Amino acid sequence: MKISFPHMGYSYIALKWLVNHLGHECIVPPEPSKKTLDLGVRYSPEFACIPFKILTGTYLEVAEKGAEIILTSGGMGPCRAGYYWVMHQYLLDEIGKKVKVIAFEPPLCDLRDFWRKLHRLRVSGGLSVKAFIQVIKVAWEKIKAIDDMEMQSHSIRPYEEKRGDTTRALWEALQFVDEANSENEVDEARQEGLRVLQEVRRDESRDPVKIGIIGEIYVVLEPAANHYLQIMLGEMGVYTDRSIYLSSYTRKNTIVNLEGDIFQVARPYLNEAPIGGHGVNSIGETILYARHGFDGVVQLAPFACIPEIVAKSIIPAVSRDFNIPVLTLFIDEQTGKAGVQTRLEAFVDLLEKRRELKRQRERWAI
Amino acid sequence: MSKIGIPRTLAYFIYFPLWKTFFEELGHEVVLSPATSKAILDRGVKEAVNDACIPIKLYHGHAAALAGKADYIFCPRLVSVRSHGDFGTETFCPKFLGLPDMLRLAMDDLPEIIDIRVDLKQGKDELWQLSQKIGKSLGNSGEEVKRAFNRARKRQRQYNSLLCQEMLPLEALRIIEKKIPVPRKEKSNNNYDLQVAVVGYPYLLYDAYINAGLLAILEKEKVKVYTQDMISDRKMNRQAKTLPKSTFWYFSNRVIYGALHFMQRPEIEGVIHLTAFACGPDSMVDRLLEIESRRRGNRPYLSIAVDEHTGEAGVRTRIEAFVDMLRYRRERK
Repeated sequence: MKISFPHMGYSYIALKWLVNHLGHECIVPPEPSKKTLDLGVRYSPEFACIPFKILTGTYLEVAEKGAEIILTSGGMGPCRAGYYWVMHQYLLDEIGKKVKVIAFEPPLCDLRDFWRKLHRLRVSGGLSVKAFIQVIKVAWEKIKAIDDMEMQSHSIRPYEEKRGDTTRALWEALQFVDEANSENEVDEARQEGLRVLQEVRRDESRDPVKIGIIGEIYVVLEPAANHYLQIMLGEMGVYTDRSIYLSSYTRKNTIVNLEGDIFQVARPYLNEAPIGGHGVNSIGETILYARHGFDGVVQLAPFACIPEIVAKSIIPAVSRDFNIPVLTLFIDEQTGKAGVQTRLEAFVDLLEKRRELKRQRERWAI
Repeated sequence: MSKIGIPRTLAYFIYFPLWKTFFEELGHEVVLSPATSKAILDRGVKEAVNDACIPIKLYHGHAAALAGKADYIFCPRLVSVRSHGDFGTETFCPKFLGLPDMLRLAMDDLPEIIDIRVDLKQGKDELWQLSQKIGKSLGNSGEEVKRAFNRARKRQRQYNSLLCQEMLPLEALRIIEKKIPVPRKEKSNNNYDLQVAVVGYPYLLYDAYINAGLLAILEKEKVKVYTQDMISDRKMNRQAKTLPKSTFWYFSNRVIYGALHFMQRPEIEGVIHLTAFACGPDSMVDRLLEIESRRRGNRPYLSIAVDEHTGEAGVRTRIEAFVDMLRYRRERK
């Protein structure tokens, strides 16, 4: 069968390998472009959020290329994302595309359904149970390796001597992961990739401001949806830390996972969790970034994203109490790159000035 | 004795008899915010976060109108009204889940907020436990709470049965408060010419200011209006099985099931869906209903979105056009 899936950051490298080694043909989703968005906006409901519209566009593009099945995630709500696949199936049927959307609901929600779908995927590919598990394991290792490299690139980019070197090194490193075929090879690829990134020529004398990036998962993870915001910030000479990675749940060394229960951190401000999406996380993560000495926080969210609106209404209080500036960017199909860039430049200027004043005050105190 | 302020919006239209009886039986005074007006809306727009939808802005406005008039604001955190043992995922829109916190952080001069967490999935007697908690925090004894609880439940059942007799909430509320007698049945259906289902969230549908008098316009056009609140839960749940997956939101599910129920009834000639600008759940609900109304018997379907700037003329024009179209369609048949 010809299988495709949503495009989300660099994860397609691992998913492509997964689908191919499950014994199916993979239709690699193209990176979301102007065309994707135009298609999506045309067929999606007016007030659907931007991830929905981008996915609609992506699905139509892969349907054009011959995809028969689209694998995606379900959800338990109350964020709309859990209902995406139903609406997408309705829309694709209406347009007359013969594509089936198969969504994996969280196992907690419907375990039998989850197993049945996995089983069907395995049997139609003709794999034994053992081989199936092995393939999934390797794909997961790939996702982790990709995330490791991306993380590394964001900590190197603000120091790079020649603009764009890090991004080029990252693509080279991702190439290694793309070519790996077993757990050992993935591990080697990871080492090799990290080495390539380390070799980027850096100016260590710089002192970048530190910004934490929080918000809704899709616009945070998909650079094409947020106008390559994290790369843009890095090239402005800003150190960024992102709260969400696909492999976040298994990590212990990232700031967001260091302090245990994020819902507990947010509790004084929002006495209910979860409220869907990353709404509560956004509040908790702002607090964590403030505690870890970050200079500012950028909240990214799609226009009309319900959980993030709740978060946005509460974040001013957090920002006041913890003395950390927060810039909220709501992204929709009208958002332009120049607009994002201007606001980020102003925000970074403000952070630099604030830091300077703070240091001055500290010096005087001594 | 304290004064309990209740904003006249959101769940007010569905649960007010329960709340009012409960607090009054406990010996407290219930203070309602005035009906929605331009002043309340403007205040809400000023206080609420700018990206919020209009119902949330309205809630802020109503809460602000209660400042200084009540000792408490009753703003329950509605999490789930599913019964115990039901493992469904149905809850409320995230904005409902965060509403008490949004309110507290948005305005400084509000009275204390009673933000009891209503999650009936927790246990069989959860509602009773909640009532005890509220009663205790207001200084009432367990015995008083028990009496008030039973009377409130009874009053709410009465109210629900009135709604199921195809009565609109505002009329039912008036009857419950014994201001007018129950009208005789045969009188009601005679002077209507068309029957139309109007579905949408109670806080949009029954708030005549925010929907620019939609129901009154329909009444004037001699249209008999049916809303999703006139259907029993059992009939609604039957519709759930006809969908690939239900949505996660209580009010949205009621709207969808209600609309699907009305699409089965041949005497109902059209469906009107009332929605709020940039309502998150409705972006899904609206398109779903549009597609389903075409698939299930090709029923004419009209969607009306309201926001801060909705004018009466705009709504009236669209309703008139829709009703004309329905009449024309019937004649051709």
